[in-house]
Amino acid sequence: MAAPMNNVEEIRNRVILSEFGVRNVHTTDFPGNYTGYDDSWNQEKFEQNFRINVIQMDESALEFDMVGIDAAIANAFRRILLAEVPTMAVEKVFIYNNTSIIQDEILAHRLGLVPIKADPRLFEYRNAGDEEGTEIDTIQLQLKIKCTRNPRATKDSSDPSELYLNHMVYSRDMKWVPIGNQADVFADANIGPVHGDILLAQLRPGQELDIVMHCVKGIGKDHAKFSPVATASYRLLPEITLMEPVEGEKAERLKRCFSPGVIEVEDCGGKQVAKVVNCRLDTCSREILRHDDLKNLVKLGRVRDHFIFSVESTGILAPEVLVSEAIKVLVAKCQKFLGELDSAEME
Amino acid sequence: MAGVEENKKAVLEMVQADGADEGCVTFVLNEEDHTLGNALRYVIMKNPNVEFCGYSITHPSESKINFRIQTRGGLPAVEPLRKGLNDLTVVCQYVLNTFETRVKEFKETQEDVMD
Repeated sequence: MAAPMNNVEEIRNRVILSEFGVRNVHTTDFPGNYTGYDDSWNQEKFEQNFRINVIQMDESALEFDMVGIDAAIANAFRRILLAEVPTMAVEKVFIYNNTSIIQDEILAHRLGLVPIKADPRLFEYRNAGDEEGTEIDTIQLQLKIKCTRNPRATKDSSDPSELYLNHMVYSRDMKWVPIGNQADVFADANIGPVHGDILLAQLRPGQELDIVMHCVKGIGKDHAKFSPVATASYRLLPEITLMEPVEGEKAERLKRCFSPGVIEVEDCGGKQVAKVVNCRLDTCSREILRHDDLKNLVKLGRVRDHFIFSVESTGILAPEVLVSEAIKVLVAKCQKFLGELDSAEME
Repeated sequence: MAGVEENKKAVLEMVQADGADEGCVTFVLNEEDHTLGNALRYVIMKNPNVEFCGYSITHPSESKINFRIQTRGGLPAVEPLRKGLNDLTVVCQYVLNTFETRVKEFKETQEDVMD
């Protein structure tokens, strides 16, 4: 059992989940708030306490722990991931022909939301008012497809996929049309939709689509289609403290109040004793509060500076690249204002 | 075109009340929100020479924040702002380095498992 924390330490380092509310929510470790603590900013102290652990990583998802940082900064990284890391997405749709059932504007919106595999770091933002686009700021895609009857379909068939050809339009039908030197520069990049199996429209014989699209660089703040993540979130590490030994039937009931694996019952000299095994698995449910005889035996809390980040990419960039880019965006913001301060001083 | 340059909104403006000293300043950060505002407020509040630091978003349809700094002992408010921006940069760089080394280590251990 973890030793109970000193009261001031608890206020500073834990968020307490009590029955009727959440306590100690805000960061309070600022200079002057606590006697006996030096809370002024200290980079060395920060570097000593700070650590990152990668828990799980594949091409699309990343889970890692960021420990020893304040919510203000961790939240900045999360917000930047959602809204300020740039990607390429369809912005201009030139519809030369659309005889399908789906309206032009709906189709254009659907096309915009398709994730486009292209490294945004290799492109520039398009200037405001620029309608044409050049090889450094635009990717051109074409969707040209016509539905026809399948001459080889059996007479009495009623299955559309047998009767018609091209009656389902998928994102894989969006073909990249290189502009200028793009064919050489991005020869290996394989530019196009990340997923080929996104259904865009359904056609019937005689209907056709003839569309040219311009993809530009943008950020999620402007439109969600530019957001590089499916989700980016964090949660604080839960902490469960048993205030006194829990034995027998109570221990079994206590175990069932939490997610599987959080609490185990161990045999301790013939007695069945509950033990907190893995707080990380807890979902912070309030089930324990329904048991009047148990609820005062535990303290539920969260570690204020332990962030469990989960980042899911849309597949355009690897999730670890997105996190790196997000941190760089925050650095760039700081540098922008530092530069501004310096130039103001010169005047 | 010179006209375009002039019409372009300044990124950073300083607003001071009449008769106030340079230790009490509201900075207007254009095109910013909680992302930079709250992170910067945190590091600046960590500065013992700062008596007050806070920010507000003027209106949901305006993309700017009012960032207020009041210092102790007549220190110009620009100084803690500059220190805050510098500290935040250093923090980010340390986080970035740590993150990249840990990711590299993780990839290496995963490759070892594969072999």
